Amino acid sequence: MQEQVLLHYRDLTVDLKPIDNYIADGGYRTARRVFTEVAPETVVAMVKESNLRGRGGAGFPTGLKWTFLAKNTGKPIYLLCNADESEPGTFKDRAIIENDPHQLLEGMMISAHAIGCVNAYIYIRGEFVYGAEVLKRAIAEAYEKGFLGANVFGSGRELHFHVHRGAGAYICGEETGLIESLEGKRAHPRIKPPFPAVYGVFGCPTIVNNVETLACVRHIVERGPAWFKSIGPESGPGPKLYGVSGHVRNPGVFELPMGTSLREIIEVHAGGMREGRTLKAVIPGGSSVPVLRADEIDIAMDFDSVAKAGSMLGSAGIIVMDDSTDMVAALRRIAHFYHHESCGQCTPCREGTGWLEKILIALDEGRATEDDLGKLDTVAKGMLGTTICVLSDAAAMPVRSFLEKFSEEFRTAAGRRAGAAAA
Amino acid sequence: MPTVTVNGVSVDVPEGINVVKAAELAGQEIPHYCYHPALSVAGNCRMCLIDIRAMSAKQPNPLPKLQIGCNTIVADGMVVETDNPRVEEARRGVLEFLLINHPIDCPICDQAGECKLQEYYMDYGRYHSRFALAEKQHKHKVTPVGPDIMLDQERCILCTRCVRFLEEVTGTNELCVKERGDHSELSLARGKSVDNPYATNIVDLCPVGALTSREFRFQARVWYLDSVASVCMGCSTGCNIDVHFRRDNLYRVKPRANAEVNGYWMCDAGRRTWRDNHGDHRLVASYTRRGDEFVQVDASDAVSRSATLLQGCRKVAIVASASVSMEEGYLLACIARILGAGPCIVPSPAVSEIADDGRLISTDRYPNRAGLLALGYREADALPPDVDGVVVVRCDVVGGDEAAWGAALEAMKATVVVDDRIGKAMAYADQVLAIASHFEAFGTVVNRKGRLQAFRGAVPAPGAALAGWQSLAGLLEALGGERYDTADDVFAALCAALNLGSARTHAQLASGGATLGQWAAARASTGFSDAPAASPA
Repeated sequence: MQEQVLLHYRDLTVDLKPIDNYIADGGYRTARRVFTEVAPETVVAMVKESNLRGRGGAGFPTGLKWTFLAKNTGKPIYLLCNADESEPGTFKDRAIIENDPHQLLEGMMISAHAIGCVNAYIYIRGEFVYGAEVLKRAIAEAYEKGFLGANVFGSGRELHFHVHRGAGAYICGEETGLIESLEGKRAHPRIKPPFPAVYGVFGCPTIVNNVETLACVRHIVERGPAWFKSIGPESGPGPKLYGVSGHVRNPGVFELPMGTSLREIIEVHAGGMREGRTLKAVIPGGSSVPVLRADEIDIAMDFDSVAKAGSMLGSAGIIVMDDSTDMVAALRRIAHFYHHESCGQCTPCREGTGWLEKILIALDEGRATEDDLGKLDTVAKGMLGTTICVLSDAAAMPVRSFLEKFSEEFRTAAGRRAGAAAA
Repeated sequence: MPTVTVNGVSVDVPEGINVVKAAELAGQEIPHYCYHPALSVAGNCRMCLIDIRAMSAKQPNPLPKLQIGCNTIVADGMVVETDNPRVEEARRGVLEFLLINHPIDCPICDQAGECKLQEYYMDYGRYHSRFALAEKQHKHKVTPVGPDIMLDQERCILCTRCVRFLEEVTGTNELCVKERGDHSELSLARGKSVDNPYATNIVDLCPVGALTSREFRFQARVWYLDSVASVCMGCSTGCNIDVHFRRDNLYRVKPRANAEVNGYWMCDAGRRTWRDNHGDHRLVASYTRRGDEFVQVDASDAVSRSATLLQGCRKVAIVASASVSMEEGYLLACIARILGAGPCIVPSPAVSEIADDGRLISTDRYPNRAGLLALGYREADALPPDVDGVVVVRCDVVGGDEAAWGAALEAMKATVVVDDRIGKAMAYADQVLAIASHFEAFGTVVNRKGRLQAFRGAVPAPGAALAGWQSLAGLLEALGGERYDTADDVFAALCAALNLGSARTHAQLASGGATLGQWAAARASTGFSDAPAASPA
């Protein structure tokens, strides 16, 4: 069994949530050392050296993102932890937050030190009521210990963490939507440029990092970039959390080396398919990424390999569907989600997400024709790359890939109307 | 200056502008809805998608994705294509998306004819609907959002121009967007109504028929309307306007962009100035007094009678409101000289209930005070001593201190009233000359910042009223003064008098006007070049 780093709590009998248990387990040693002995540039250099790529979905190199911060603006620098985890099929950050919150806080402290941040926010999705409570308690403990506050670890540096709960919108997981929401506005993603590193929350330079990304920072600084790079492919290495849901025997979150094969994740770690069922389709990175057929799962689950296979690692939320799945109904459900969650700002997304769902409802209810399949494809095509944020793409990519990979099934659905008319 | 190439046309453009503007400078139009040069960039309509073939001389690679022109700042060496098949297909797609839930009720929509949805659809439409009519998202239609503004939610394309105007320009924040996705709609903020002094600008800003003027809706099809470029006479700001009319009737006034004066906006009070141009209060004929009665006379008769009356006076005063034009003001000054009267009098601004708002609304409700003062007029609120004849022009002086002015006029041997409307001064008049309003004649005024601007007649003057300059030129000639046959002749003379250069014509005045200083300077340096046109940045 691979060493569990991010999910280290699973190897223990003690609860890591109380700060004393976390400290007894070696926690906050690294943060203390960083604050008292390590220069911020050294931390940035280590993270860059580690090739850590953002775990939120886009896979952008974290160290590089940090270097984009506008310098000497006279404005405060903010660190925002994106704990909105709203992509369907994704529940990895929740595992960290609810079981090992100090790991996240320590990663955030180290990152805050690296980028020169005094106030950091954890933007947590509204539905994570328990997670928010856990984080608040953990932060309060860290203040009591003097790990947060006016004099962090006696270093003379000031650092404050704040928990901000979302109100249930998917779009708040998009970093500029998150920023707008944090500012108290409607979560309409911002046009870029300017990017948050230049003009972020309250108009100040801002870094937005995912929960898992920030947790990784602790371990990179603790064990060194070389250790991190030794796990998985060099271009994007490290321990990785894979969340598997759907028609498997053993759904859950698994920590495995980046690049573990999708087949191994499904068949070994997730226990394979249910009794008497065979695999039909896999969405490898949260509901927004292109679907893979059963014969396409011999791929390494890292950013570049999945992209090469025509999909995306995304949030590594793996949704497994067996042969009992009606792909039209499944896509209809996905389309409903994006229709419901479009912020309504950009024309193609606002109008396109609704249109896609309408066609899919008609298709699912036997009211559509072959023409509608072509329409579905062109409408989705018109939504790709034409909007401020990628929600539009997120709605369009599954549609196009379902149509391509399961065309037979969609044609059959479209034929139902013709069949009904003939009967 | 960066050089940008748009569809093969290279132009030098100012630093820091966006590609939509740069394309404009290259003579290429990039269709857009949400972008407006005077508002922040929203980037939501997605109509201005363009293909960037080279970001700059330093980064000569094409960008993989189409970018929005409104949020792309020019760089030296940038190469942009706005008309290739990829861009046009994207536009077609965006337009289709915009229209799937649009009611397409053009036959009953007031925006028809000046609607950007219609215009761009002609260029980039698919021309067949792929969306079932029954599936359209329905929203509220006839929704009043202010005293003069009607909202149709179904027509709204959610470009948020109105929301941004009310946030960024007026700071009043009456409108916002509520709900999300295709349920998004414009909404009044709780307890608010769009009734700020600049509210109707959002009707102009709306690129579609979502926001319409309650006054103008259902009054005319815009393609039947003509328009002239003119200047608002509502106060001393002199906002540039377009006057929309059909045959003898005015229909509306809209702001005309001028970065030096009003930007893109005007106030609602200014928009309403045309309303009292029609009606029973207008003076439609000239009259002469016979005992207690007025007898109608023709214009030339009125002029010669006026001349005779004035010549019989010992000392004449000329009182003109600050709404007389430069031409009228100049002719009056000439008349004053011939009659040996002192300087013409312009009543000082009444204490106005309207305060300067630091934007466009001026407390001085008259358009030409600065011009008259430049012509040597004196501000005064009573007649000089020993006067026994008076000429009152566009000036209902009695409306001020009725007792004092009434008594003063009563004592006159001769009172000549020259006006475009019936007023209280007429009760004391011996001779009344009917003249045209500023919506009916040509002339110039100087605004509070010293800018000389031309207003133009849109509709004919009612009845037998003549242009003001025409009546006054007649009077001047009847008194033995110079003869002026055209408004341009008067203009040239007044330019010479103001030391702005001789033989100037209206036509040389750029559409945005010019300050007196600019004109004088242009004369000094280049002899006769036109003042720089003040086009909006």
